[in-house]
Amino acid sequence: MNVRGVTKRFGDRVALRDVSFSAADGELVALIGPNGAGKTTLLSICGGLLKADAGEVSRPPREVGWVPQQQAVYSKLSVAENLRLFARLEKVPDADAAVDRMLEQTGLRDRARDELGTLSGGNRQRVNIAIGLLADPPVLLLDEPSAALDPRQRARLWEFIEGLSGRGTTVVFATHDVAEAERHAHRVLVLADGELLFDGPTAELRGPDHADFEIAFVRFLRSKGH
Amino acid sequence: MRWLLLKDLQILRRSPLLVALLLAYGGLVGALLGFAVQRDDTKPKVAFLNEVPSMDFGVQVGAQKIDTSKYANKLFESVDPIRVKTRAQAIQKVRNGDAIAALIIPSDLTKRLQAMVNLAGTGPPPTVEVLYNDENPLKTQAVESRLKARLADANKAISSKLTEISAGYLEILLHGGSFSLLGQQFSILGLQKTNDVIRQTLRELPHSSPQRADLEKVANFAQLAIDNLDLSKPVLASIGEPLHVKRTVVTGKHVSANAFYIALAAAVTLMIIGLFLGGGMLALEREEHAFGRLVRGPVSRWELLGEKVLLGALAALVATVVELAVISLFDDLRWARIAAWVLALLVGGLAFGAVGTAFGALTRDVRATTLLAILVALPFAFLALIPSGIVANWVYDIVRIASAIFPFKPALQAVNAGLNDADPGLAGPLAHLVALAVGYTAIARVGLRRFA
Repeated sequence: MNVRGVTKRFGDRVALRDVSFSAADGELVALIGPNGAGKTTLLSICGGLLKADAGEVSRPPREVGWVPQQQAVYSKLSVAENLRLFARLEKVPDADAAVDRMLEQTGLRDRARDELGTLSGGNRQRVNIAIGLLADPPVLLLDEPSAALDPRQRARLWEFIEGLSGRGTTVVFATHDVAEAERHAHRVLVLADGELLFDGPTAELRGPDHADFEIAFVRFLRSKGH
Repeated sequence: MRWLLLKDLQILRRSPLLVALLLAYGGLVGALLGFAVQRDDTKPKVAFLNEVPSMDFGVQVGAQKIDTSKYANKLFESVDPIRVKTRAQAIQKVRNGDAIAALIIPSDLTKRLQAMVNLAGTGPPPTVEVLYNDENPLKTQAVESRLKARLADANKAISSKLTEISAGYLEILLHGGSFSLLGQQFSILGLQKTNDVIRQTLRELPHSSPQRADLEKVANFAQLAIDNLDLSKPVLASIGEPLHVKRTVVTGKHVSANAFYIALAAAVTLMIIGLFLGGGMLALEREEHAFGRLVRGPVSRWELLGEKVLLGALAALVATVVELAVISLFDDLRWARIAAWVLALLVGGLAFGAVGTAFGALTRDVRATTLLAILVALPFAFLALIPSGIVANWVYDIVRIASAIFPFKPALQAVNAGLNDADPGLAGPLAHLVALAVGYTAIARVGLRRFA
């Protein structure tokens, strides 16, 4: 996926300023930055939810799976009903097969008939991600995928995401947790005040002294005046 | 509890819009109720056409002439008359809603009154004509109750005057006295005294007098007249309704009150279900955070709105059909017209569904949508039921605006037309509802800009 010169304004405020990056097939890219940096806005533009004022994204929305930070699922529908609904809306050729595949991948086959409202936060998040994957998109965008999950649920989630990446899906995820970014991402993008300040492997951000990644991240932001 | 109360007040203080809305709502409902309560004191506008020549405004009763124009004023004691010169103008005033009704005093009213006073045969009774629109039974009831009261006053006044004059003559006829005619004073002996004189004469006549038999006949007649004329006062008083009323409907087919209330109940159900479901289910998409996921690809915003409008309409249609089916167990329902009333319910449901989606898009919250729907729907429904002509012009202008911008009145008209074949028919209200459905869907689409 190629993003070129994306700019977005909300009134007078510039949310994104000429942001460009690329992500290769199977690459796991972390988008990190302080609050209000523009991470969600960038993912929303990449996912086709918002329109950029300038710039372009190489993949049309139908080729991009988008998983919002808040679980966008219907709590009164069962796991299978949620998956089937979105498979039909996405016009997936064989909706039942796609639902079956997602139930298998998420390990929720035995909960297929349970209403979403009765599931744990981790399981709901798995359904949330599974909906983004129904159309088998080559690119998956995840906004704070592990927020509000306990460590065990988080570990299972990353196992699932890394499995996707291993099968060739490009995954771009936004997170506040820089340690998580260091642990799972092949590459990080640092965004602050709408500007892309860094694009490279975590080792490069850590610097020659191999500092702790979180310390290196804060030092980097300060060096850039943030 | 004190701290909880303070906390809630603090929260309310930080929601000035909600507080303003609640206060404004109280004020609005108060004003509406005030107008409703005030209705009996306000003077409704009534077009008045007097076709009686000005020279001809009197009825001769014995030696006295009653000026009937004085009694006609009774008709205007609690109405605001709009004087018109022709029948066409009167009809126009009623048709336009400028007047609640028109009262026409026909040119032959005085002649007919005179004939009645003279007990001249069985000619047509003196009749005034009332023209009105049979818009709905509420208006008809309002017109009839007001005009009946005024006509009863006029009738009572004329009847009392006739009784008073006639009773005066009867008194003279019975007991004697004097009255003036053409400037001359006449003295009348009276039946009572006549009887006394004859009886006295009979007592003084010899038994064999040939005049005795004839005089006894006259005395018996006088006694019979005295006995029976005493009963004439209550008979005169029973002429309680000298004026009759002819009712003429200018526009509108008559619909019974029951049939109208069934249409009203259906329109209310349609409104509540359409508003709540259309708005609530749209707001739910945001509460479930599914809106963004839907509109980024699989579903356009217009499609989403269309689906919610349709959902509100279909749910409202089903609920209202069930309601009408239950009502039909107790009252007659015109099943032969099912196509017409289902069409009215469907289009009405679409309009209410569209209003609901606009509320849902603007409030973005299920509870707020529901609250807004209740706050808005009830006053608009109330306003739509105020008939023309019984409130001040500026109040009715507000009613007109409210009826134009909110679907309750056209929905009620359409359902009433569908169920009862009532005026103004289906086409106009349906077109109005379609226009409102399109307009509110457009407002909802604008509201969706802030939705994600």
